[in-house]
Amino acid sequence: MTKIITIRKGLDIKLKGEAEHIVATADVNRFAVKPTDFHGVLPRLLVAEGDRVLAGTPLFLDKNDDRILFTAPVSGTVTEVRRGARRLLEAIVISADTTPEYLQMQIPDLAAATAEEIIDVLLKSGAWPFIRQRPYQVIAHPDHKPRAVFISAFDSSPLAPDLDFLIGNRGNAFQVGVDVLKKISGAPVHLNIHAEQTSAPEFLKAAGVQINRFKGPHPAGNVGIQIHHLDPVNKGEVVWTLNPLDVAMIGRLFLEKRFNTERVVALAGSEVMHPRYIRTHMGACVAEITAGQVAGNNVRYISGNVLTGTRIAADGFLGFYDHLITVIPEGNHHEFLGWAKPGLKAFSFSNAFPSKLLHRKPFVPDTNLHGGERAFVVTGQYEKVLPMDIYPVQLLKAILAKDIELMEDLGIYEVCEEDFALCEVICTSKIEVQSILREGLDMVRQEMS
Amino acid sequence: MNSLRNFLDKVKPAFQEGGKLQKLHSTFDAFETFLFVPDKVTFKGSHIRDSIDMKRTMILVITAMLPALLFGIWNVGFQHFKVNGIEADFWMRVFYGLRTVLPVVVVSYITGLAIEFVFAQIRKHEVNEGFLVSGMLIPLVLPPDIPLWMVAVATAFAVIFGKEVFGGTGMNILNPALTARAFLFFAYPADMTGDKIWVSGTPDGFTGATPLAEAAIGNTGNIPSVFDMFMGWIPGSIGETSTLAILLGAAFLLITGIGSFRIMFSVFAGGYLMGLLFNLWGANAYMEIPAYYHLVMGGFAFGAVFMATDPVSAAQTPTGKWIYGLLIGIFAVLIRVLNPAYPEGMMLAILFMNVAAPLIDHYVIESNIKKRRRRAKKAALLRQSV
Repeated sequence: MTKIITIRKGLDIKLKGEAEHIVATADVNRFAVKPTDFHGVLPRLLVAEGDRVLAGTPLFLDKNDDRILFTAPVSGTVTEVRRGARRLLEAIVISADTTPEYLQMQIPDLAAATAEEIIDVLLKSGAWPFIRQRPYQVIAHPDHKPRAVFISAFDSSPLAPDLDFLIGNRGNAFQVGVDVLKKISGAPVHLNIHAEQTSAPEFLKAAGVQINRFKGPHPAGNVGIQIHHLDPVNKGEVVWTLNPLDVAMIGRLFLEKRFNTERVVALAGSEVMHPRYIRTHMGACVAEITAGQVAGNNVRYISGNVLTGTRIAADGFLGFYDHLITVIPEGNHHEFLGWAKPGLKAFSFSNAFPSKLLHRKPFVPDTNLHGGERAFVVTGQYEKVLPMDIYPVQLLKAILAKDIELMEDLGIYEVCEEDFALCEVICTSKIEVQSILREGLDMVRQEMS
Repeated sequence: MNSLRNFLDKVKPAFQEGGKLQKLHSTFDAFETFLFVPDKVTFKGSHIRDSIDMKRTMILVITAMLPALLFGIWNVGFQHFKVNGIEADFWMRVFYGLRTVLPVVVVSYITGLAIEFVFAQIRKHEVNEGFLVSGMLIPLVLPPDIPLWMVAVATAFAVIFGKEVFGGTGMNILNPALTARAFLFFAYPADMTGDKIWVSGTPDGFTGATPLAEAAIGNTGNIPSVFDMFMGWIPGSIGETSTLAILLGAAFLLITGIGSFRIMFSVFAGGYLMGLLFNLWGANAYMEIPAYYHLVMGGFAFGAVFMATDPVSAAQTPTGKWIYGLLIGIFAVLIRVLNPAYPEGMMLAILFMNVAAPLIDHYVIESNIKKRRRRAKKAALLRQSV
């Protein structure tokens, strides 16, 4: 029995609309890959509108490293290459065939293949981007060996998909994925489970991994927090992180010998009529998944969770790394003397509203900012929700001052946006913490490259 | 409320860029957001946000000051009728107190807010709510009969030189309210010190020293009872006398989580410890008063609860807050007892520690940095040896 690491600081946000353990299917015809999902990637388009693609056909590559390919999740016809401001490549939309046709790939047997051969398969199939690295939270560099690989087997964020539920019914795909990672990294693989809640045998009986047990409020499930408590990332070191469901995808690639992008996603949030799981493929069109499921028009669609997810249009697409679609009401309304109201139903981490004492039911949140942006005034707030030996405000100020050496000293290599998301949520001054942190990470990454 | 909302929406364009009244944009914005929480939604980052904002925070701090203010109003009247030998009932005292205190509060708010609005407009940002608290703190630490023009001058000095020159709310080094008081203390000592000023409307030839003044000249026998000082029916600054009223505010700040427990507790602990030390030394009568007297005398409690806890000018790291508070308590009692020229040591102790707070934080953070550097070095050595 290994020891349990208890996370004491943090906040579990209980929202209304958790997905029920039912897997439904949705009739989805349009799928897309969004280059904006991959931070730091400079896309070079490899297809044009009207092209016919198979599942696994490369759609674009990264100009920084042209071995990293991004492939079609389904077969069909490229109907749209969506561009945003300054011709930013936003999405490559595919109108799908009724039955997917797969690109034939030479996938060697795991036992016989060398690490280089396996990496090559991952790169060519489009599965490599599942592997992300710390520092910077970007796609791992194929040539850099990590010090260790970390997988968090539980998600503590609001309305998170139940990973124990989703990892089942995949045969031994997760185990095969772990074997792949062990082979190509040559480093120990850490599987971080919840000390009390993790129940799936795929996790509990995983072989060849170091199992670490955690408990506590969100962000206990964030892999960055876990790494910090196990073995923090130092300057010059690289670790890999993956979502366990993506590990299973990698495993399935080697079991099925084709890149099957089928994915079960949670559809959750207060505005979803029947929150549950939907079986579809990666990059599915959200409007088609949620058709007839959402009450009202004034809602926000989020690919991912409410803390770190991406805001998408109603006809947007599921993100590459996301296993959750959240739909919550927009908060674009005025509130008369809102600051003076007793706030019996207000969502707040602070004790400034009696709702903390009275309101035990899950919240129906909205997207209102609840105030204007101000300078840093209140101190000691962020520290209450950041279970790391890091001074968050000082780190953010170092970023604002563009002081790279100070950022290093204050631990920027150990963090990424999701770890600081709660700081942003509870901030009295409404400071855009995640954007500032990303700026800092980019600054350091550029300086180091 | 819809008609009000519609009216605001109708006049809004005039205040925006290019409108006739665009010079009043910040002012309009301040009033609009005061009336309605804006309909602004999250754009990037987290999609949901805490309901707390600066307005709520500041309103809660003002609420916490209300017991001290209300008691102060009553006490101003009570002291006035007492020294003049006039029988008066509760409402007469309150009425007299209101007549004396309200103008001070109004002048402080009008002066300060006017300057804040101008600076917000020049800097093109929203009006910060910080002055809502400072504007109430300033009257509470002044003697009741302070000339109103002095209140205006001191407030202007505090807002401009205490805050805006550093970049506005959140950037200031000194607590603005204490800056105002210190300004008056050094610029107009005759109106800020002595035996005559602590009771409003005194008869000729009256002297009514505060407990601190009595203690400073060694008349420890003249110090009122601890119960009187705790309840606060003694002469003194408008809002500082009643430790009970202040503790009510402290409880409110701690329950709502707005005030720092670390700072409040460590200030009281520091003051008490220093008092004990002086008891051991015992070189004069002042040193021999019981240590807990210091905590209920003068502005100690008020400073500990409302001034030292100002998050901007206090230490910002959790460890730093303990040190910062402890030193405030120690210095306050040290100055009181050893320097008879400054009977109220609390103000100077807090201002001094405001200046020292960044240094404390520096060393606290430096130890975190050193730990991280050591760890990185060890890891690098390990990698090399492998």
